[in-house]
Amino acid sequence: MAEVVLSGLSKRFGMTTAVDDVSMTIPDGAFVVLLGPTGAGKTTTLRLIAGLERPDAGSVSIGKNDVGEYSPAQRNVAMVFQQYSLYPHMTVRENLAFPLKSPLINAPEDEIERRVSEVSSALQIAHKLDNKATALSGGEMQRVSIGRALVRRPDIFLMDEPLSSLDAKLRADLRLELKRIQADLGATLLYVTHDQIEAMTMATHIGVLEEGRLVQFGSPREIYENPSSIYVATRLGQPRINTLPAALFGGAPAGAELIGLRPEHIRQGEGRDAKVVRVEHLGDQTRLHLSLEGHALITLTDPHTPLASGDTIAIRPDNPLYFAADGARILQGA
Amino acid sequence: MSFSVTEPSRLQKSVAGALVVIYALVTIMPLAWIIATGFKSPNDAIAYPPKVVFEPTLEGYVNLFTTRTRMSPDALEEIGQPETWYDKIVRQYDMVISGPSRYGERFLNSVIIGFGSTFLSVFLGTLAAYAFSRFKVPLKDDLMFFILSTRMMPPIAVAIPIFLMFRQLGLSDTHLGMILLYTAVNLSLSVWLLKGFIDEIPVEYEEAALIDGYTRFQAFYKVVLPQATTGIASTAIFCLIFAWNEYAFAVLLTSGTAQTAPPFIPTIIGVGKDWPAVAAGTTLFLVPVMVFTILLRKHLLRGITFGAVRK
Repeated sequence: MAEVVLSGLSKRFGMTTAVDDVSMTIPDGAFVVLLGPTGAGKTTTLRLIAGLERPDAGSVSIGKNDVGEYSPAQRNVAMVFQQYSLYPHMTVRENLAFPLKSPLINAPEDEIERRVSEVSSALQIAHKLDNKATALSGGEMQRVSIGRALVRRPDIFLMDEPLSSLDAKLRADLRLELKRIQADLGATLLYVTHDQIEAMTMATHIGVLEEGRLVQFGSPREIYENPSSIYVATRLGQPRINTLPAALFGGAPAGAELIGLRPEHIRQGEGRDAKVVRVEHLGDQTRLHLSLEGHALITLTDPHTPLASGDTIAIRPDNPLYFAADGARILQGA
Repeated sequence: MSFSVTEPSRLQKSVAGALVVIYALVTIMPLAWIIATGFKSPNDAIAYPPKVVFEPTLEGYVNLFTTRTRMSPDALEEIGQPETWYDKIVRQYDMVISGPSRYGERFLNSVIIGFGSTFLSVFLGTLAAYAFSRFKVPLKDDLMFFILSTRMMPPIAVAIPIFLMFRQLGLSDTHLGMILLYTAVNLSLSVWLLKGFIDEIPVEYEEAALIDGYTRFQAFYKVVLPQATTGIASTAIFCLIFAWNEYAFAVLLTSGTAQTAPPFIPTIIGVGKDWPAVAAGTTLFLVPVMVFTILLRKHLLRGITFGAVRK
């Protein structure tokens, strides 16, 4: 395992800039999640580190070595693709052994045998080892795909939305499993997702990408509680942060145009009157859709709330986030 | 309830079935006639009205593989009774076998040139198709169009320049010359067909192999080729059929050492209106392409890899 440093990394495809001057240090043993919507440059960043793309500017170093001139094979990285990309003409066993049989590693037979059985039992695919790769379910394929990365001891694992194609139950299981394996191996892992639950539960660090730029990098808690912009604030939190004109409530700092209210920023029972539009029972949470002077906002409430559509409830901000017109955060008292 | 696709009625089914049977009969007829003629005696072969029922004989095959000399009754007396079944057939006409015919050699030439050019076309075609499919080749579209354009006129249209070039280069009537010529003609088909097949193989497989520690060539060899077998097999069949059946260039450019079977077979007729021998030569000539197609058939059906990459 090794520390991975990106500095000033940029990549353009024709007119579009996929990755724009990204600098980031992935500490040894860290689980870094890259978060952002489709097209934010998450996958391209992974591919630049893997050596599948050449950067237009900037450098990648893995364990103090600048790997700019290295081929993907020489970089000693393992990658799990969003698509399963198992070799369809091979069995599960052959797929798992494939990286170990490469001229670069060329592990002895018994070593291959041992690692394949180790990984396959950890991922619960041991009984499928002699199946053809094409004769697996989607979940099994993706576990084999993850397994193909885990049989190696690379400097860094790169994972490109490895769980996005799986059903909810399997996703929850594998999330825990991945986190456990990472902790056990002390592995360095860079993980791309747009799923905020994956980001919050697995990451030691989160990097938020916006149109190719790294807009904030920090611990999940820091990103959630202390976002640098509206864009970052809307990446995390369920329901999403509400953004309203700051003037709706008093006490906004100078320059603040917008107020950002997460459910925990809304004190109920005092302040301004808002109309209840709808009460949504989701089971694990109960959402309250409110309307305040024609502005819609969503907050949480007690599952057995007596409130119903048409009622009125008083709300006031409690320690909210303020943003300037361009979306940048304005710190209170600063 | 309404369905957009309706089950065909019984009548429609039987009409369709009848049409297929009629079409099959029409196409199989000449082939069946040739195979039958191969087993007729020369008299039965030219009988009018044509004989459908006849006494089969291997005379045509014997004549195909041998050269024969007519002998005077005295000389025949001296030789004694014919010993083998094929000697007996020939002796009916007061002839003896004087040696093997050239059919064997010509057939072997066809095999060497046909399979040689097929191998070369598919080998070069696969490499070119892979490069066109995966790499940024300058002027890619123009090059692909140029390659296609080599087949826009019948190859025989350039017969005279090729004839002159071959004479200059000493390639006339050589195996190498014919292999190169058929490869050149087949290559455009091969590149275009194979590019289509390789385009269908997701690039993720190679990227995964590159990251798994393999070089570009190893990734091609271990990951792309096994998945391209369907394309390679069908391309090989097309190339072989062209090279195997080609007649015009073979007539023009070969006469001796490298002559293939197609220009040779009609010359058999000159030896004495020997239709059964011509038919026998034609029948045997069909066999290799049939065997090759049957051998590769399972690759044509297999290797369709749905689902290993999510689209």
